[in-house]
Amino acid sequence: MKAKVFVTLKPSVFDPQGHTIAEALHSLGYNSVADVRQGKYFELDLRVGNEGEAKTLAAELADRVLANPVIESFRIELDGSAGGAANKEREGHG
Amino acid sequence: MKFAVIVFPGSNCDHDAYYAAKHVLGQEAAFVWHKETSLGGADVVILPGGFSHGDYLRTGAIARFSPVMAAVSDFAAKGGPVLGICNGFQILLECGLLPGAMLRNRDLKFHCEIVGVRVEQTDTPFTALAEAGQVLRLPIAHGEGNYFAPPETLAALEAERRIIFRYATAAGETTDQANPNGSLANIAGICSEDRNVVGLMPHPERACQLAVGSADGLVILESAARALVA
Repeated sequence: MKAKVFVTLKPSVFDPQGHTIAEALHSLGYNSVADVRQGKYFELDLRVGNEGEAKTLAAELADRVLANPVIESFRIELDGSAGGAANKEREGHG
Repeated sequence: MKFAVIVFPGSNCDHDAYYAAKHVLGQEAAFVWHKETSLGGADVVILPGGFSHGDYLRTGAIARFSPVMAAVSDFAAKGGPVLGICNGFQILLECGLLPGAMLRNRDLKFHCEIVGVRVEQTDTPFTALAEAGQVLRLPIAHGEGNYFAPPETLAALEAERRIIFRYATAAGETTDQANPNGSLANIAGICSEDRNVVGLMPHPERACQLAVGSADGLVILESAARALVA
């Protein structure tokens, strides 16, 4: 089963890269861009039996390794599952 | 005194640390490969600068899982002096031996220059021979040294006098201009609750002889060497 993990800096943490990208976009004339936040994206291929296990494992991996809970939060999507309720987002702690 | 210098794939200041301990200070020193599970009877552990594991994922994030880190944590828990320099500091943050995290420098530039570093506290094994308020001229070389901690962690660090080094002008003022990377409260280095684990972004091991521009870093390694004799 495939899981996607999105890691971003917490809203309270300044993102120098996102800020610089926003400035670059403004300099190109894209003044309707209010803000940019840069993050990381992981595709996990998991050998698990069901979606519940996939979500639990992906969350554990994100919390322990993929994200640094001091500055980052994460969101998980299971690939292949229909959107909406089955694609429930999960936020990292902290 | 035996200094152990941990070597990760991508460490590049390991030889500077070894040289400073062995040839400048005249102490015993040994390299310890990150796959080792023992520190070989070391009295002081140095996590050197560099780009362990290519800075993949986050700086220090992969090194934290190296087998040797269990031994380092054990050593630290027993009160052993551990110094994390630059990438070594980042590893200490990632493995939780020190609180906080590093962000990209606020101007996104890699800073390679000599900066002023004010010694805030002298009751650690790495500042015992320094004077409080003394401004050291030390090199920095990093792209991610912008120290961040949540407000409650920062307040605790201040209250417990665990901010050991701050970026400062030659006159000792901690101005924003003297802050090369945007670190909170001009923080250049902090220590653990028990004060035996110290991490800093500047490189004292690269400033131990006047021939390289500054010998101000010597006091940090010498403190460790002498603290252990005393």
